[in-house]
Amino acid sequence: MILPAFFYLFAGVCVASAVMVISSRNPVHSVLFLILAFVNAAGLFILLGAEFLAMILIVVYVGAVAVLFLFVIMMLDVDFAELREGFLEYLPFGLVIAAIFLLELLLVVGGWTLNPTVTKSITAAIPGDVSNTEALGLVLYTKYIHYFQLAGMVLLVAMIGAIVLTLRHRVSVKRQDINVQNARTPEMAMSVRQVASGQGLQDADQAEWVK
Amino acid sequence: MTIGLGHYLAVGAILFTLGTLGIFLNRKNIIVILMSVELILLAVNINLVAFSAFLGDIVGQVFTLLVLTVAAAEAAIGLAVLVVYFRNRGSIAVEDVNLMKG
Repeated sequence: MILPAFFYLFAGVCVASAVMVISSRNPVHSVLFLILAFVNAAGLFILLGAEFLAMILIVVYVGAVAVLFLFVIMMLDVDFAELREGFLEYLPFGLVIAAIFLLELLLVVGGWTLNPTVTKSITAAIPGDVSNTEALGLVLYTKYIHYFQLAGMVLLVAMIGAIVLTLRHRVSVKRQDINVQNARTPEMAMSVRQVASGQGLQDADQAEWVK
Repeated sequence: MTIGLGHYLAVGAILFTLGTLGIFLNRKNIIVILMSVELILLAVNINLVAFSAFLGDIVGQVFTLLVLTVAAAEAAIGLAVLVVYFRNRGSIAVEDVNLMKG
């Protein structure tokens, strides 16, 4: 059977690249491994029959979020070696907690079965005769239209918030001010002087039209 | 050997644990902490899609779409805060974030 092979390939690469994300020395490598983890998770989604979400995962995460991370890492001039101090100090403690946590989660996953009656409480069954994208659209735009619009509002608020946070007016940068341009008169723009021979304009720097 | 729901849930559990471990290990580097949060949300998404596929209920995929939206918004806002913080302090060390003495 080819399906289990692909599952173990995608799952293995996904977990391995997740390990590299948190242990890599260079944050740029971390982002690239994060991209690899997301691409392999998209493969897992395709195995589960959720093709639309797999494509969305690649478009949104690899195309937008990961590039945003890369942009910020490369824009900020940070000494990342200094930030790695204490990595080994926290390693034993973190490993113990993570091991306990993982053990508990796997015990829950392993010793647990589905209630047979759970199939009676399905909200919107996956229709067998349409594609995954169409099936998703059939419920997303009808039953869950308000959630869809709320998601849009969340994105709008995030966009406005990010712009408001990072927007700044630097004083040193000269910008076009149309009001000042229109209020300019010939008197402000130039002055006619009688220049004495051999002396020149001594106060040229202080003239009105220089400013 | 068939791949069941438990396999996908195990992958989700491992990814979730790796995300929390990443927050423990990289306590000074807020960029890696944000990436660990993305890993945690990815684990949640895998769980939701696995349940959706194995129960035959498409609502799990709708919910995954909403989680994806929130994750993207969180990354954008988090990185914007990070950029503003770097402009003010010239560093992104998490330990220095005590200006408000909260």
